[in-house]
Amino acid sequence: SNRKIFRPNLLNYQTLHEQTTNVLPNNVDSKSDEFKENAEKMNILVKNLENIINKVVLGGSESARKRHLERKKLLVRDRSPFLELSQLAGYKLYADEIPAGGIISGIGRVKGVECMIIANDSTVKGGTYYPITVKKHLRAQDVARENRLPCIYLVDSGGANLPQQAEVFPDRDHFGRIFFNQATMSAEGIPQIAVVMGSCTAGGAYVPAMADESVIVAKQGTIFLGGPPLVKAATGEVITAEELGGADLHCRTSGVTDHYANSDEHALQITRSIVETLNWSKKPNLSIKKPEEPIYSASELGGIVGDNLRKTFDVKNVIARIVDGSRFEEFKELYGTTLVTGFSHLYGYPIGIIANNGILFSESALKGAHFIELCAQRGIPLIFLQNITGFMVGSSAEAGGIAKNGAKLVTAVSCAKVPKLSVIIGGSFGAGNYGMCGRAYNPRFLLMWPNARISVMGGEQAASVLAQIKRDSKAEKGEEWSMKEEEKFKKPIRDRFEEEGHPYFSSARLWDDGIIKPADTRKVLGLALSAALNAQIEKSRFGVFRM
Amino acid sequence: RLSSNIGVRNPLFDKILIANRGEIACRVMQTAKKLGIKTVAVYSEADRHALHADEAYLIGSAPSADSYLNINKIISVAKLSNSQAIHPGYGFLSENPVFADLLAKENITFIGPPASAMVSMGSKSESKDIMISSNVPVVPGYHGKNQNPQFLKQKASEIGYPVLIKAIKGGGGKGMRIVNSPSEFNIQLESSKSESMKSFGDDQVLIEKYLLTPRHVEVQIFADKQGNVVHLFERDCSVQRRHQKILEEAPAPGLDDKIREELGVKAVAAAKAVNYVGAGTVEFIMDNVDKKFYFMEMNTRLQVEHPVTEMVTSTDLVQWQLEVASGNPLPVTQNQLKLEGHALEARIYAENPANDFFPDIGPLLHLRTPYPSSNVRIETGFEQGDEISVHYDPMIAKLIVKGKDRLEALRILKNALTEYEVVGLHTNIEFLKSVVSHNAFINGEVETGFITKHSDTLFALKKETPSHVIIQASLFMILSELQNTIKETTESFDPFSPWVSLRHARLNTDHVQTIIFRDHKNDDINVKVKFNYDNSYDVTIIRGASHLIVKRVFGSLNEVEQQIIVEVENHRIKSRVVLDKNSYQVIIFDNEEGKMVLEIPEFTQLKTKTADATGFIRTPMPCKISQVLVKPGQIVEKGTPLIVLEAMKMEHLVKSPFSGTIDKIFYHVGEFAKENKDLIHI
Repeated sequence: SNRKIFRPNLLNYQTLHEQTTNVLPNNVDSKSDEFKENAEKMNILVKNLENIINKVVLGGSESARKRHLERKKLLVRDRSPFLELSQLAGYKLYADEIPAGGIISGIGRVKGVECMIIANDSTVKGGTYYPITVKKHLRAQDVARENRLPCIYLVDSGGANLPQQAEVFPDRDHFGRIFFNQATMSAEGIPQIAVVMGSCTAGGAYVPAMADESVIVAKQGTIFLGGPPLVKAATGEVITAEELGGADLHCRTSGVTDHYANSDEHALQITRSIVETLNWSKKPNLSIKKPEEPIYSASELGGIVGDNLRKTFDVKNVIARIVDGSRFEEFKELYGTTLVTGFSHLYGYPIGIIANNGILFSESALKGAHFIELCAQRGIPLIFLQNITGFMVGSSAEAGGIAKNGAKLVTAVSCAKVPKLSVIIGGSFGAGNYGMCGRAYNPRFLLMWPNARISVMGGEQAASVLAQIKRDSKAEKGEEWSMKEEEKFKKPIRDRFEEEGHPYFSSARLWDDGIIKPADTRKVLGLALSAALNAQIEKSRFGVFRM
Repeated sequence: RLSSNIGVRNPLFDKILIANRGEIACRVMQTAKKLGIKTVAVYSEADRHALHADEAYLIGSAPSADSYLNINKIISVAKLSNSQAIHPGYGFLSENPVFADLLAKENITFIGPPASAMVSMGSKSESKDIMISSNVPVVPGYHGKNQNPQFLKQKASEIGYPVLIKAIKGGGGKGMRIVNSPSEFNIQLESSKSESMKSFGDDQVLIEKYLLTPRHVEVQIFADKQGNVVHLFERDCSVQRRHQKILEEAPAPGLDDKIREELGVKAVAAAKAVNYVGAGTVEFIMDNVDKKFYFMEMNTRLQVEHPVTEMVTSTDLVQWQLEVASGNPLPVTQNQLKLEGHALEARIYAENPANDFFPDIGPLLHLRTPYPSSNVRIETGFEQGDEISVHYDPMIAKLIVKGKDRLEALRILKNALTEYEVVGLHTNIEFLKSVVSHNAFINGEVETGFITKHSDTLFALKKETPSHVIIQASLFMILSELQNTIKETTESFDPFSPWVSLRHARLNTDHVQTIIFRDHKNDDINVKVKFNYDNSYDVTIIRGASHLIVKRVFGSLNEVEQQIIVEVENHRIKSRVVLDKNSYQVIIFDNEEGKMVLEIPEFTQLKTKTADATGFIRTPMPCKISQVLVKPGQIVEKGTPLIVLEAMKMEHLVKSPFSGTIDKIFYHVGEFAKENKDLIHI
């Protein structure tokens, strides 16, 4: 081609040099028994996850779904490519099963625009809002706001679930917040589009009414503050739902909706056209490279990690299976080695990675804070790979200022304005969770592997601490405590921590945005990072670092 | 190829004008170019962008009467461009003696026969008389004034049963009766006369021999100004629809050399009888049972199907025309002409065989032809993107093939037809394929009633769409959408978006995409495509109660060649694929089944839903609006006549399908409308 330019050999050599030196080596023996056992254990977790999710995605009962199909409606998940959030919302949370929390949320690409799609699943309790439904809706809106994603609401909801009204209606982060978010996001220039595919009664009526632009499906969608039964009770007027708030009324008379669709498909077609008129273009302020697949297979992650949190693994072997070309430009390789920091690319986007390779010492915390400052300075998104039991304890550590050094890391994490994405790939315990960008530190997305655990400390640790206190108090009173009795005391503590630290428990309560298979980590992070880059990366301003 | 023993030759023309369009204009131009003769073309407004208009003059608006039949305009262009001669092609002015005469007066050579020969052959009765006196057999019959029933019956016996009674003023089969024996003659005669009286106000009849299995056999003749006449053997053009040929071949199948020789001799005699000059065709009707043939008429022009003769005689008949018009003798003598091999011509028409071969119009959205070779010849005046309009003949192309023998030629033709790809309008390509694949045709059992006789088998419903075609169509939909997205993304600020490369990523579940097609059997075909981690697809095809699951299918798209390549159970299949965005169809050209059309109801429904709900009335076919019988605001009942359409010289009345008020009328009288366009909104 005409781009062949003669180059001196030395330059070629240097290019080659750069190409090979930053590739992480393969330290994994996939033939070893340990690897095979790990892989098998992780596989069991993954299969379990898949089974549960496959049930969840079916939505409500078989009969409800059938009715849904007969109404010629497509199940919401069929509709577009999708990075689904909070799939396990509501999982074993209530006496009733509320699959996916009765609402589906996630990011889809519509006409080239990454959008937040929030869809009521009317096969679940008629699309009414349980407390977890509200929480999931609000979380999706938060994601949309933080990442500046246009919102598309596919509405088919009976409004608040009346028996749960106390947990749904009055508080700040309850039902009303949905409309507050619509108004304020619209004010921030984030488009709000509503598609009325079913009923929007009472509070639900405000979703299309508050939207910038709305579509309604004829003979299917209805919008009213009070439905026919309420109207009859209040005024004695007898009227059909269609007459009271159907597409014809709202498109021709009331003006509550803007577009008249003949079917769900037609409505989605109109929605796509609306997205085309948003004048929306994503301009990531990053130097983007051509993506490369990692050299090593992501399918080996299970074999590397396994399901036993007490077994350690080299996190660089994980990084090598996530980033472009398995390339990692490590920062401070020889200092504070229990925290691995360095630069990579993910789907061509530059990233900084912070990953645990052991307990956090003062040096590791300082290194982490330094690295976060670098990324903030350069506008590079951060990815946290959490596998942390906590900060070092003991006299030497305290004397070395582990508290203030840990605080520097927490300050840096808190104040960095670059997109932060966290994946809990192992344990997430105590202040380690803070330093590694846990939920409280506003990562744009927080994801968990099925082997992960999250709690203030490990179950065994907690049981031991509590047992130690009890043993001390007993000792003060001169009481005996047999090993058997101690074990009887410890077991329920351990069990409870095990249950409450489980990723399903976490995900059901929306402490995270979803559980992912280790092999999907690269893909999910890539999509999430891409979504995060819809918002311009702001300059960070850090608080006082205690020196 | 010109024999050198003829002496000094006149030089050919420097420049000729071609007073025609389409494939024949291109065909004449080709030979002219070969001989170094400059050509001037003429075109109408409708043909401004057509292939034939190379160096050309605009001669008028689209209707032929204003352009290609506009004698004065054409002559003035000929003078303006200093053209020495005019080639009329076929149709239009090719058999117009007035035009030939006018040219003679203007000193412009008419590349065709003398006007006198055209006049003689133009009259059916005159030509018959000339033939009878020249010993050329004509269909036995009585055409005289004596209408005495006894006399007529006696004539019938002389002719020999079965006979045909026809109204002299007749047409359209009115008053026509077949009489098999003398016993039924009187009854049939009476019935014929009364029907003729009713239909034409005249009950005069004629009597002719009725041929049970008639064939159309014609002989190509050529004559020079020196009086030499040769024949270039015969062609069989029996397979016809709407009284027009669609398949022609040379030599005619099933004739022995003696009959062939006889045909040639009689054809030469016919030409000599009118002092013919140039290219002509003597048409005979032949009884396939006794192989007896009778003169029908003589066409005083170069015919559409002349290439089949060229293929089997290795001649260039346009070149011969130019030689003869320049005053040179015929290049060869009769005994130098040899029949070699077998040639077939298939006429590719824009028409819908399923709708009584009704002509279609529209754009040639996609057009690919077989590769031309010494055995495959394509004569066309159209390119991809051109439009077949209502104004002219709907013939898209002629496909001519040659083989060592008839079977080989048939094989080549069938293949070439498979490779002939047209998207955008209906064509007869698939129908032609079913004719040439038909056993009766393969056995040479040709006759003019061939299509009617075998309509059951020729129009047999196609088999259900093969599953590999459905897989190809599904993967095409998926892959072409992906390619479009990649293209758009590459031009954006986010060129490598994982949202594109990971399009099928789903969290913890499989991605299954559902695509619904509708095929020619009007069955909904539900396809579920599951995306696997290894870039393969598991495809489930649901048709009615049948579920077919094909695992691990691989697919790729070659955009340049417009090919979809799939690997299904270790079998790699490559086919051309076209998306017709006008009709929302995916068209796959399958090596075996030919053109397979799959409609995408998702889009058609989206498009028509609004319309159907509010009452649009659409054109049933491409047509001209000849009368509008209602006005906006008028209240109509179900069945009220709304509009009269004219298509192919036939009128169609459109009635209101329901009661309502006329809201809008979208066309005016005289306008042309394509198929399925909104006519009226009620």
